[in-house]
Formats: sequence, C-alpha cells, structure tokens
Amino acid sequence: MKRRDFLKYTAPAAILPTLINGFSVKAFGASPMLDALSTASADNDHVLVMIQMTGGNDGLNMVIPLDLYGKYQAARSNIAIQEGKVLRLDNYLKSGLHPSMTGVQKLYNDGKVSIVQSVGYPSPDFSHFRATDIWLTGSNSNEVLTTGWAGRYLDTKYPGFPDGYPNTEAPDPLAIQIGSIVSPAFQGPNASMGIAITSATDFYNLIDGITDPVPNTKWGKELEYIRLIAKQTNSYEQAITAAAKKVTSQGAYPANNSLAEQLKIVARLVAGGLKTKLYMVSTGGFDTHANQTEGGDTSKGGHANLLGGVSDAIKAFMDDLKGLHASRRVVGMTFSEFGRRIKSNYSMGTDHGAAAPIIIFGDYVNQGVLGNSPTLPDSSSVIDNIPMQYDFRSIYASILEQWFCVDQTVLKSILREDYQRLPLVSGVACGTITSLPDLSTDGKKLITNSPNPFTNYTTITYITGSGNTLVQIFDTTGRLVGVPVNKVHAPGTYTFTFDAHNLPNGIYYARFQNGAIQQVRPMLKVN
Amino acid sequence: MDRRQFLTLSPDRHQTRTANTIARTDSGITPYTGTWDTLQRIHLLKRTLFGVSPANINTFNSLSMQQAVDTLLTAQPDPAPPVNNYGIDATGVTPGATWVKAPLGDEMLERKRIASYKAWWTGQMINQPASIHEKMVLFWHNHFVTETGMVNDSRFIYQYNLTLRKHALGNFRDLTKAITLDPAMLVYLNGYLNSKGAADENYARELHELFTVGKGPDSHYTEDDVRATARVLTGFRVDRTNIVSLFDTTQHDITNKTFSSFYSNKVISGKTGTEGATELDDLLKIIFLQPEVAKFICRKLYRFFVYYDIDAATEQNVITPLADIFRSSGYDIKTTLNALFTSEHFFDPLNMACLIKSPADFCIGVCREYGIPFASDYTNQYKGWAVVHDRAAAMLQNFGDPPLVAGWEAYHQAPSFHELWINTDTLPKRNRFTDGLVGSTGFNGLRIDTLAFANQLPNPQDPVALVADSLDILYRVGVSVALKDFLKNTILLSGQAPDSNYYWTQAWQAWKASPGDATLKDNVETRLQALYKYIMDLSEYQLS
Repeated sequence: MKRRDFLKYTAPAAILPTLINGFSVKAFGASPMLDALSTASADNDHVLVMIQMTGGNDGLNMVIPLDLYGKYQAARSNIAIQEGKVLRLDNYLKSGLHPSMTGVQKLYNDGKVSIVQSVGYPSPDFSHFRATDIWLTGSNSNEVLTTGWAGRYLDTKYPGFPDGYPNTEAPDPLAIQIGSIVSPAFQGPNASMGIAITSATDFYNLIDGITDPVPNTKWGKELEYIRLIAKQTNSYEQAITAAAKKVTSQGAYPANNSLAEQLKIVARLVAGGLKTKLYMVSTGGFDTHANQTEGGDTSKGGHANLLGGVSDAIKAFMDDLKGLHASRRVVGMTFSEFGRRIKSNYSMGTDHGAAAPIIIFGDYVNQGVLGNSPTLPDSSSVIDNIPMQYDFRSIYASILEQWFCVDQTVLKSILREDYQRLPLVSGVACGTITSLPDLSTDGKKLITNSPNPFTNYTTITYITGSGNTLVQIFDTTGRLVGVPVNKVHAPGTYTFTFDAHNLPNGIYYARFQNGAIQQVRPMLKVN
Repeated sequence: MDRRQFLTLSPDRHQTRTANTIARTDSGITPYTGTWDTLQRIHLLKRTLFGVSPANINTFNSLSMQQAVDTLLTAQPDPAPPVNNYGIDATGVTPGATWVKAPLGDEMLERKRIASYKAWWTGQMINQPASIHEKMVLFWHNHFVTETGMVNDSRFIYQYNLTLRKHALGNFRDLTKAITLDPAMLVYLNGYLNSKGAADENYARELHELFTVGKGPDSHYTEDDVRATARVLTGFRVDRTNIVSLFDTTQHDITNKTFSSFYSNKVISGKTGTEGATELDDLLKIIFLQPEVAKFICRKLYRFFVYYDIDAATEQNVITPLADIFRSSGYDIKTTLNALFTSEHFFDPLNMACLIKSPADFCIGVCREYGIPFASDYTNQYKGWAVVHDRAAAMLQNFGDPPLVAGWEAYHQAPSFHELWINTDTLPKRNRFTDGLVGSTGFNGLRIDTLAFANQLPNPQDPVALVADSLDILYRVGVSVALKDFLKNTILLSGQAPDSNYYWTQAWQAWKASPGDATLKDNVETRLQALYKYIMDLSEYQLS
C-alpha cells in the first residue's frame, strides 16, 4: 500500500456546507484545514470504529418512517413509537430517530451523521450465528468464507502478518477488539489480524524461555498457535501502554454503559497516537422477541434502553475525541446481523427480519439520509420483510475507498465483487475531490411495472444513466428470485418482461441500481 | 480439511497454516486393542474429567480399559442443593438453608442467589467423583443453552441444572422433551409467551437450528417448518410458585401443522384441550426420524471431547458409524459415549494432546491437579468456589451464562474453534491465575501447596525424576531433554553446575527431616514454586 500525500486543494473556497436534497456535503476551503492535513503524518492515520449491536436490531423502530406512518403504525400497533415523540432531523422530514437517541440526533444536526436505509443482502439468513458470520466475513448468504472482510483488507496492507510484525513501519496492532474475543471480522488468511484487550493498561508479562520445536501433528499445530499468542501479547503491550500513558484525562462517559466503557478505551488509544486502524466494540441484547417496549408508553422499554445506551455512548465518544483533538481521525459505524420483522408479534416483540438502517458518524461523514423510508406493504403479514435498498458490502466498500483510500482493484479483491459505492465520507478525506451526484429519487419513476397488480407476466420499465445497471427481484422475505439485468447500458429507457407464472402469489420487489442510485418498486402478483 | 472451508479466495493465495500440512489419521470406532498404559489412562481421564489428580491416576492404575470407561460413564446422584451463603433473605430462607424452593426474591436477592448457584455449581465440578457426569452437565448446558441473566429466576435456573443432570447420561430424546418443557428454557426463549394468533418463533427456530438437526450442509429445515413448530408449541406457561411448567389450552393453536419434505411432509393434526400438549411428542417423533439429528449431536460430542476438526475421514469413519449407534440405540447417550471412548480413533496417538483446555478444564483442572484445599464452612467454601468461577468467566466461560444461545464460540465458530479460548487477553489471565496460585500469598485465598504435590510423587529427592514425573501429570506432550535440563539446572539447582544434583537431594532430605523448620522449608519451596510456575507458563500446559 503506497503512502498517499494529500493534494493541495485549489477548488473554490466553499466553506459552508452545500445541501442537495437534504444531503449535505462539506467542501472544505483551502489553506488552514488542508495545510494542517498535509503537514500531518504522510501516512493515512484514519481510524474506523465498528459498533456491533448483537441480536438483530429492530431498525424499523430505530429510524421511524414518518412519511409512511400510517402503514408503520398498522403493522405493529402494539410497539409503534408515538408519532409526536419521534426525534426530528434537520432538513429531513421523511424519517426520524427513536426518542431515546438524542445523542445521535444532536450529532446528525451538527452535520456528522449519515443514515443509510434498508441495508441488507440478497436471500438473507435468519439465524444469528450464520447472519453474523455473513456480515463479518462479507460473504454471500449461500457461501462460507473463513476470513473476515476487515482481515482481508488488512492483509492487503500488511501481507504475511504475523511473521515479521511488529516492525518499525507497523509497530502497533493492526486491529483491536475491546473485549476478550477477537471478532471473526479480523480473521486474515494466516492468523487473526486483530488483538483483544479489555483494558488499556492491564497486561501481564510472560517469561521468554526455551521453546521446543513443533512437530507436524494436531497438537503441534495447537501448540504453535498458543505460542504465537504468547509472543503477540508481549510485543504489543509496550506500544499500547505507551499510547495509553499519553492521555491523562478524558471527557465524561455515561455510567453503567458497557459500550461507553469500551469506546472510552478506544478514544484513549486513538488520542494517544496508536496507529491501529480498526477497532471493534460490541453491545448485546437486541434480540427483542418479546417485551420490546413498555405497554403504556412505547417510547420506553428494553429496546429504548438499548438504543439510548448506544446513542449516549456514541455522543460521549465523539465529545471526548473532540476534547482530545483526535476527532478528525475517526469514522464510526453501527451494524447488526439482521433487522427485524415488519409486523410485531403478540409478545410485544419482533422476530428475525432482514434489512435495517446503519448509522455512520464522524467529522468527515456527509450529513444525510441515504435511500427512502423502508418499503412497507399496505397490510403486513407475518412473513413480510423490509426489502434491501443497499448491500452491506457497499458500506464496507465505500468506507474502504473514501476513508482508507483503497484502490478500486484492491477493493474488488477484498470484497470479491464490485459493489456500488455510496458517498458516505467527504471526498477530501482521501485527497480526492468528488462532486456529489443528485441521489434523490423523489418524484422520479426510475423503475416501474405494468400491469400492477399482475397475474403471470408484467412488463418492467427502467430508466438508466450510463454504466452498469442492476435489476434484482426479491420476494417479500428477501429471497433473491432473479437478476434479470446486470450489464453496462447506454443511457436510456429499457423494458423487459418478468415471467412470474411459476412463482407463488404475493409481494415482489424489483430493485434498480445504477451508479450510486437505487430505487425499489413493489409489485403484486395475484390470481 | 474442514467441510466448511470453501476456497473462495484466489487459488494462488498462500495459506501457511492450512490443515493439509498436518499428519492425518483414518482410524475409526472399531474397539481399541492396543497398549493400555499411563499414557492412555491419563488421556482418557483428562478428557472425561476436569484435570487429573495423582490420586485419580492411582485409582485407575488397576483398571482395564473397559472397567475404566464403565466407571467414568456411571451416572451420579443429585448433589445437595445450593444454600443461602449471602445472609439476609426477605423471603425467609435462613443462612445455610437452601433457597431452591423459596419464593422469587427481588432483583438484589435474585442476583445473590444466582451467585450462590454459580459458586455451588463450580464446587460440584471441583469435587467431582471419577465420573464424566459433571462434564456432561456442562456439555448439555452448552447445547441446550439458557442464560441466568435472561431467565432472572434462580429457582428456575436450579431446576434447569437438575433437568440437565437427570438426563445427562440418559436418553437424548427424553432430554430434548424435558428441556422444551423446562421453565427456565420457556422463559429464556419466550416459549411462555408463545400464543396462537401470532406465534413467537424464538424456541421453534432454535429447536431445529441449534438443538436437533443443526444448520450444516445436510440440514434443510425451512422457514415454514419453524413457523409450524412455533404453532405446535403455543400454550405452554410457567408457574413461579410451584416451579413447574403448565399447558394453557386457551392459548394453543389447534390448526394442523404441515412440515417440509425435509421432514417427510408430515402433518401434525391440531388437537384441542389438554391433548394439545401431546403435539410436542408428535413433533419430536417427526424431527428424530431425520438422520441428521444423530450426526449433528455426534459432531458436537466429537468437538467437545476429541478435536475440533472433522475432516472427511473423520466424518466417514467416526461420525457416521457413531451416529448410527446413537440412532439405533434409541438415542442412548451412554452407549454412544462408550463406543467413542473405547475406539481406536480416541486412543490414536495422533488424536491425543491436541485439545486446548477450556477455561473449565483450566481453572477447575488446576484445583483438582494440585488438590487445592477449600474451606469447610459454607461461607468461605462458596467464596473460594466463586473465585474459580470468576476466573473462568474472565477467560470467557461463565458457567450459567454463555454469550449466546448458540453456546460458547469455541465449540462452534469456524475456523478457529477452541483456539478462541486463547487470545492476547485470556492467555495472560490464565498465566496470572496459575502464577498467583503457586506464589506464596496465593490467589484470593486459594493456594497450591507445591511441597504437598511434590511429596506425592514417587521420587522427589531426585531432581531428574521430580521434573519428569511432574511433567507426566501436568503435560500431555513430551518435551525435549534440553528443556528438562533447563528446568532442573536453572531452577531446581539455582544455576549450579549441572552435575550437582546432590544440592537438591540434600535440601529435600533436610526439610523432610525437620518439616517445621522455616528456612529448610523455604529452601525447597521457593524452587518448587519457580519450577511449577515456569511449567504452567509454557504453552504446553494449555493442551489436554
């Protein structure tokens, strides 16, 4: 990976944020900011903090669709958030946040949050275990990868790890998990690229001594692994302790909040100058099959407490980083192994679902909500799921490209396909200048079908710009039924016939994607 | 090669630590007829018990292989239940009396009772007789998971432990039914809220995915199967006064439930009234017809007791025939374990010493290996047990609270499996625990008496024999002469000339002659402490 120098930026000095349909772009002016950036370390010192919400977060109650409130309320009347209590976002009317997420709301209105709607993948898996593996390895739902997406990225930068590490070029851990177990996301081809710590200063010294050679047997393999860990623990202890020692005071964090405690450690290490690029923290309890909200007041209850905890922790983290003058180095994202069912159950909870929104935060993150409110059927049944608008690997690809300045060809080897890139992070972060395309699809019919409802066949029409065009068809559970279009087009209007005579009746979604644009069209097959 | 390891990376990507480079074996479950000696005995004992004491080794010295396995597979009676070791109990349980049938307490009290339960359970494992029963309770806890933090009812949790205990070496079908109706499980996976009209799928899904057929390549249950199962299970409720489960006929879905081709398209007729509860029996009958059930469970047993890697040869030579035995025995656990523990595969040298000790093996094992004494009064006894539990939890194995319903990652997360127990956070914790135990002040009230341990060995005055005999008990793998010399010369002989073994012999004999003499005792004890500390700090100690 070559070091990149930041370009001296000579474009117009537009310092005020530009708003394009609620999606704001920071176009930083010349001199002070960029001088600071270019005289800073020539190496890209950007950090990504991943916040795993374990259990399957109910995204539909985290980002509530105000423009579809009637349908939302009807689908889950026993747990729907009261319309008046939904937190409003500046310059954006279509959705709002759960009432307990005042911290994230404030960050959004300060221009530091991007919300991406309905993130998922084709034919989603509904088991925690499998779905988590999919998100962490970046695999398709019908394949198994034994490396993590972040592990593969780190492998492109630090090939051969751990042999020869740490060294003067890479003295610090490549990735850190706050906790005791290293996430599979960090699994590289040879070893895990990450280390686990539960505290910034609590380590234990091991004795180095004679070690016998390892035979070519099962126990030899395990012995070799254990010795490797023993060595690793020793190597990074000094680097981590040295960084931690440089930070002697931090801002306030909420009490009794395990996520806040983890983020506090991250802030300390980042501010202390540790060169580690990736951090993973996690918080659980999101598998809300029952009693998600309080009966009397749906804005309160178990899920409200969880979201409030996450929001407060993120806000405290961002404030602390600002106070430590380290906030510009950090981008954070939340994710969960799946969202939950549109229709609630009688236990005042929700069962496993599919797509859900993601929150991305940071000084350089472009403010806005990407995508439309989740598509809801007029009358939800127990099997209906939120159709995906964006693939989760697009999120990874976008962050890798815009924040870690990863080349397009390298991106493809990490994620194994060319995923749609979304404008999540300000273009100046990687020294590239991007103009923001108009991504809103309000009032535009980029994909339609007729007749609708239909019996066996329907004609689908789409309008595309240049470049690759993708049309996917999903059923209401999220299962990928077909990919009728996936090729490069000249700009124009195109039609094809969708043959559904072998498919059961019900709701289908046609998802259109071209460049950074997408639109989902609900279709109904009847008798 | 692990079945799940699709090669999805580009072919020229070089993997230096692939399973392909390791010596493989084709041994199966035909009965073992080879050498039956110390090596095999200790292997069997360390896999079926938590650590092995010199006393265990002595007892089993006189037993044949089948006698040894028979002894180890004998079910044990229920132990005495946990008691109030926390003091004030608003529901009236006096200190020293048991709380397991008392009324539900408030949040504070329940927390104390759960702590009492966890200490008690740890104590049962530490005091285990020479039987696999305690390990099977832990195995089933990792399979039919509940978490105390989500059940929030100490009486239910204790009852759940009894359910596991009762069937641990019995019949797996009976166990599955008992767990489905267990009050703690009904709370944990929302079964007690499952009602007709809008069934709650939580338990239904896990019944297939985690408890019976699993989610491997040969498991093809469908989402519709999950929904149908949820409807079969509607209506069960819990009784917090009598600590049992009940059946509410008004909440039961009485429609017919149809299953997929994976389950032979069977249909369960909906039944009204109290008969509705028997739909569970119909359901289990259908599920257990599926051959994959036996295989799934046998793979789990294999991973827990033998090794994590199930290559094609192991699947064919071990799992498949073992599953046949399991299935044709009507799902009898003891019969199946007997076949596994008397097999060629189990005693194949290539399959020994390769299991990384779980925190249970490590923490409870060290207590049993060295015979660490615990207090005899229950207050201090529970305190000591709680220290051990706390250490295991810090090393990622919190008995009673696995991280998720799938159990501890080390038993299911590919590709690392048991390597997940060992990382840059937990390895130092293991080292610090044993270093503390072997030091002069001990670890939170627990201490290894190195003199007592050495004194049990056949020839402790000879430093060469002392090192060799200690390693026989503490390690599963052989070590080089260079390492043994280092241990003797640098540690026992404090760096004196290597041919001066008599320095140690003299010191040992002097102490034995005047055991009360503080200086003489100190001479040998400091060296023994350094010796065992070093032995336990090396990576070899982590293998079982």
